[in-house]
Amino acid sequence: MTICFYLHVHQPHRIRHYRHSSIGRRDYFDETEELETNNKRVLQKIVEKSYIPTNRVLLSLLERHPEFRLSLSITGTVVEQLEQHAPEALESFVALTETGKVEIVSETYHHSLSFFYSLSEFEAQVELHAKMVKRLFGQRPSAFRNTELAYNNDLGRWAGRRGYKAVLIEGWDYVLGDRSPNFLYHPPGEPNVKLLLKNYRLSDDIAFRFSENTWEGWPLTVEKFASWASRINGNGDLVDLFMDYETFGEHQWEDTGIFDFLSSLPGELLKHPDNNFMTVSEAASKYPSRGELDVPHVLTWADTERDLSAWRGNAIQEDALSRLYELEARVFAARDPVLIDTWRRLTTSDHFYYMCTKWFNDGDVHAYFSPYESPYDAFSYYMNVLKDLELRITAKNA
Amino acid sequence: MKVLMFGWEFPPHNSGGLGVACQGLARALSENGVSLTFVLPKRFGSPRESFKFVFADIPDCHVYSVNTFLMPYQTEASYKNFLRENGYIYGGGLFEEVERYSLEALKIAKRESFDIIHAHDWLSFGAGIAAKRVSGKPLIAHVHATEIDRTAGNPDPEIFKREREGIISADKVFSVSEFTKKMLVRDYGVNGEKIKVVHNGLDQKSVPSGADAALVKLKQSGYQVVLFAGRITVMKGVDYLVKAAKRVVEYAPRVLFVIAGSGDMEEQIMQEVAALGLSKNFIFTGFLRGEELSRVYNAADLFVSPSVSEPFGLTSLEALAHGTPVIMSKQSGASEVLTHAMKVDYWDTEALADKILSVLEHGSLREVLTANGQRDAFACSWDKAAKVCIDAYKTLDQSYL
Repeated sequence: MTICFYLHVHQPHRIRHYRHSSIGRRDYFDETEELETNNKRVLQKIVEKSYIPTNRVLLSLLERHPEFRLSLSITGTVVEQLEQHAPEALESFVALTETGKVEIVSETYHHSLSFFYSLSEFEAQVELHAKMVKRLFGQRPSAFRNTELAYNNDLGRWAGRRGYKAVLIEGWDYVLGDRSPNFLYHPPGEPNVKLLLKNYRLSDDIAFRFSENTWEGWPLTVEKFASWASRINGNGDLVDLFMDYETFGEHQWEDTGIFDFLSSLPGELLKHPDNNFMTVSEAASKYPSRGELDVPHVLTWADTERDLSAWRGNAIQEDALSRLYELEARVFAARDPVLIDTWRRLTTSDHFYYMCTKWFNDGDVHAYFSPYESPYDAFSYYMNVLKDLELRITAKNA
Repeated sequence: MKVLMFGWEFPPHNSGGLGVACQGLARALSENGVSLTFVLPKRFGSPRESFKFVFADIPDCHVYSVNTFLMPYQTEASYKNFLRENGYIYGGGLFEEVERYSLEALKIAKRESFDIIHAHDWLSFGAGIAAKRVSGKPLIAHVHATEIDRTAGNPDPEIFKREREGIISADKVFSVSEFTKKMLVRDYGVNGEKIKVVHNGLDQKSVPSGADAALVKLKQSGYQVVLFAGRITVMKGVDYLVKAAKRVVEYAPRVLFVIAGSGDMEEQIMQEVAALGLSKNFIFTGFLRGEELSRVYNAADLFVSPSVSEPFGLTSLEALAHGTPVIMSKQSGASEVLTHAMKVDYWDTEALADKILSVLEHGSLREVLTANGQRDAFACSWDKAAKVCIDAYKTLDQSYL
């Protein structure tokens, strides 16, 4: 059985508390106060708590275990910020890929949901990402992951047209029926594209439950985890452990023992003679598809709903998204690269996530991860930014 | 279980939220099987009709009245002023009314049989203490507002003293919010363990659907309506709303601020509005109640509660019940139960202006704030509040142990 260990690295350009009085006067992403919207401050914290120590562990694993493989996706928006504020952290990512055992996965540069709003913009962002990956990591990706693993048959067909070998998606029971996530499948009519399915139970044992002391599996030891994973031998070709990179050190803090866990996990898994590691493309080449997987509705790796409702589930999110994409044609007509880049930063899905109201209920506000006080404030600031952007566009076109 | 309850006002003879809250809680307690005797200091025009009307739907609830001038939310100074203006010469002061109420309470407590004494706010605390003294029954002091709230931090020392005496003498204290609980611990030196938070409820009956005709006409001509409802006093922060309005109107000249209420700052606020050149953007309706207030809630595009210090703030829940979204100050107890409102520090008038503009500008924002806020508001019931009270009664009433 093959283990595909895939991590996703992303930080958005958060917008400042942008008021009506800011319109025409201020930039959007340059908060310098000690606020959660201060991108530099947030980045430096994550670099210190997560990126630097995790990459140290990963590099050591790649050196200690010649068979260890890793797949990574890293968005343009986080790379830009690392280049500006923490080049040493970016270097540590590059150092991983220099081992030749780390595959970079393709995605949209701006971590957007543009696939569902504008195909031309989506393709442009994928292309921008590919250029960045080539420049920094010297790779040409052959596997694709969409933002939040948002996937449907249309995306499968698109991946086929673009010659991708693999697409990473959620291994959700409602889509699989009685089939196992531990095999490869392909989109209807696209036999050359392999769909790799996240084993959400095992992945979330690490990403979400690792430090949850009310969970029956707690405390999670590498022995325990490896024995669960190894049970798949004989019932599956591979197990896909997909998670946010920030699991290590940010979602699960260092004092939970997460780094020790990560550090000894590959060795423990490799004790089983039938286990090995591959990157996602290696696995896609090695194993056959077990059949078509029909995903007519958008499937994501988010929440119990596994849909896009956290990004476009209420009227303010829909309003903001439609206003954003209404500006697309005018932004491009202005032919100003700065304006286009600014508009693209506003396509990042996080902006809409902050407007999500479904967790923002009494007693449960802690479930609302956001740099803003409320989804309503997030919406208000975002809409003011769009207004300012519109003024800038009008000024250019005049 | 028999409860002797001391209040100061009761709708429709109320000047604010205290009477509404007493009525809501009394009804729910009664519905939950509490045998309630509601004592009021009385000086109503035609008490018989009004009492019949008020209590018609509260079974098992008696009203006692003592001959006190009914006028809550007064300081001694403004009370004297009021008496002078109204040519009413009796006793000479609010404190004497309170004393008188206590003396009557002694007699009532001797006559009545009850297990628990429950007194609402400082005006009734004296009566509650007196009843406790003669009966030896446990006293609950229910704090709906403190002198510190009412005066925005400049308490009248005598009222503060009496308020504190009631709270300290009580066996248990109910506060309408965590916000108020913190204040009681911090400023009154009450042991936090003695305090139980009983959030107010919302009358769940369906709200009248009509909107105020004059406001509807103005809206048809392109105006949007921002509503404030409450007493115009230092506690309610209307002056901060006026400052925010100045900024709002710079961006959106066709916004109308409706101030529904009256109070000792009314004239000052009107002068400020005029001085800022906002007269055409403000309407002062005076104190509204019942259907009249409903029609204004219905006409409004947005409700703003800018209180400097608000123990609870029922009006925000009422606005939501009428389908009107809410912006409220963070210095409000109701903020603990209304997650889905836009919140702002009362002093941050720029942020307040900004949020007002956003809500008025975006229909989607009004839609989501209203739908979610309404769910929050309807989750607040007097039944829930009554059950919390009853649980606390049981811990005090020896016959239940």
